[in-house]
Amino acid sequence: MEATIHLTVDGTDRSVDVDTRTTLLDALRERVGVTSPKKGCDHGQCGSCTVLLDGRRHLTCLAIAVAYDGAEIVTADGLGGADLHPVQQAFLDHDGFQCGYCTPGQVCSAVGAIDEAKQGRPSHVTDDLEADVQLTDDEIRERMSGNLCRCGAYPGILAAVREAAQG
Amino acid sequence: MRAMEYVRPATPAEAVATVAARPGARFLAGGTNLVDHLKLGVASPETLVDVRRLPLDAVETYDGGVRVGANVLNSDLASHPLVRSRLPLVSRALLAGASGQIRNQATTGGNLLQRTRCVYFQDVTTPCNKREPGSGCSALEGYGRYNAILGASPACVATHPSDLAVALAALDASVVLLGADGERRIPFEELHRLPGDDAATDTTLGPDELILAVEVPTTEAARRSAYRKVRDRASFAFALVSVAGAVRVTDGVVEDVRIAWGGVAHKPWRARRAEAALVGQALTADAVRAAVDDELGAAETTPQTAYKVPMLRNTTVLTLTQLAEEEVA
Ligand SMILES: Cc1cc2nc3c(=O)[nH]c(=O)nc-3n(C[C@H](O)[C@H](O)[C@H](O)COP(=O)(O)OP(=O)(O)OC[C@H]3O[C@@H](n4cnc5c(N)ncnc54)[C@H](O)[C@@H]3O)c2cc1C
Ligand code: FES
Ligand code: FES
Repeated sequence: MEATIHLTVDGTDRSVDVDTRTTLLDALRERVGVTSPKKGCDHGQCGSCTVLLDGRRHLTCLAIAVAYDGAEIVTADGLGGADLHPVQQAFLDHDGFQCGYCTPGQVCSAVGAIDEAKQGRPSHVTDDLEADVQLTDDEIRERMSGNLCRCGAYPGILAAVREAAQG
Repeated sequence: MRAMEYVRPATPAEAVATVAARPGARFLAGGTNLVDHLKLGVASPETLVDVRRLPLDAVETYDGGVRVGANVLNSDLASHPLVRSRLPLVSRALLAGASGQIRNQATTGGNLLQRTRCVYFQDVTTPCNKREPGSGCSALEGYGRYNAILGASPACVATHPSDLAVALAALDASVVLLGADGERRIPFEELHRLPGDDAATDTTLGPDELILAVEVPTTEAARRSAYRKVRDRASFAFALVSVAGAVRVTDGVVEDVRIAWGGVAHKPWRARRAEAALVGQALTADAVRAAVDDELGAAETTPQTAYKVPMLRNTTVLTLTQLAEEEVA
């Protein structure tokens, strides 16, 4: 079954023809032509397809595109507009990547994670569920655990997120 | 993936009627489990009935508890102020599961109805009675580290993977359902079933029954509750075993205690024998150990699952004794 859906991708309105089987990830990459979300595992296990969907970090590989008609999506490509987003700059400053494949997903996830902490949302390692959240290294590691890095750039990623969270 | 129709009904009743009228139709919520199964070939519905935008997304109090709509996201439920203060076990169980991104997509209803992570269930090239009734159980002889040790059958040794479900089993929650014949309410413990000779069926729901909400009593014990999950890595992994505990100690003895285990059975395992053994006793490590061993008398292990017995015993002791210490302090 074919359907036409409307998405806002990195600030631009798009009308996209999809089959009901098309995932949001394939719609973005193959139909819209925005290739910053990456297909790592295609099963929700690696985080490389992460975008911001209606303002929150979200996978795109386990999402059927037709179900997200009307969504506003920001990929790593559109995060900073013409400039780099502070999280992207921090990844550069701290060598938060090697091959770069996981990076667009890491960056979107970090933006979402920092925002969640600002809203006071607890994590698995937060001692007091009702207190404000301090983004300690343990907190950052836990909150970023849905993004795997095959190159093992974790120390740089941690440093980048730590710095960006303070900014 | 096979070609599918996609429909987005406007009301819960319309969603139920659509699934009732179309053989091969399935509800779709966040999709984090169902879409995975479409790709793997584990599920091949003819119609996806999208319920994610139905207005079932409120967390609200009722007399004696908190009612959670089926579409409340796992992340929003975990950080809801009412849940954090009155039902910390629910927050903790959710936060111990999946990843930040997945919790932003996964719903309460979908979480409870997610299917086993048994590797053979997910691999269509191998026999599996749950996926293909009568084909056999590959996990009996194969990779069995995650297999059940309680309530399993020769047909199926799969475990239920949800962390939230373990918390809700401990808290005596109820599930509100809508079917073609109207609404009904069941105790949470009756939602999931043991495999017996029907491994394909995870729950007691009819195929066209929609979860509308979960109701969780906010008891004194629930306020003193904790979830402890043991896994192969520190984060983003399913449970080897997990323990949901809630306890109320009065005058030095246990007045109310709830224990549920994850990773051990086809459903969350409410350890009622262990609970009964503890009521009226001082909550010491020895008492908990004895109570757990009483419950685990029925356990059947293999060399691959034998580790679960001491792991469960130690994890339960730690969970309950820490709660009791916090209560004294
Ligand atoms: C990599 C990965 C790691 C994970 N780790 C964990 C973990 O550690 N702990 C854990 O608990 N979970 C874990 N999960 C599972 C995740 O929590 C579930 O996939 C999720 O909660 C399912 O919710 P959903 O809304 O996406 O459901 P869907 O995938 O949309 O649906 C799941 C099932 O529920 C049915 N359904 C959905 N809503 C309703 C309703 N209202 N009424 C009736 N039927 C309904 C659907 O028909 C389907 O059969 C993990 C998932 C992934 C991909
Ligand atoms: S590609 Fe989506 S999580 Fe790996
Ligand atoms: S930088 Fe290569 S996978 Fe992360």
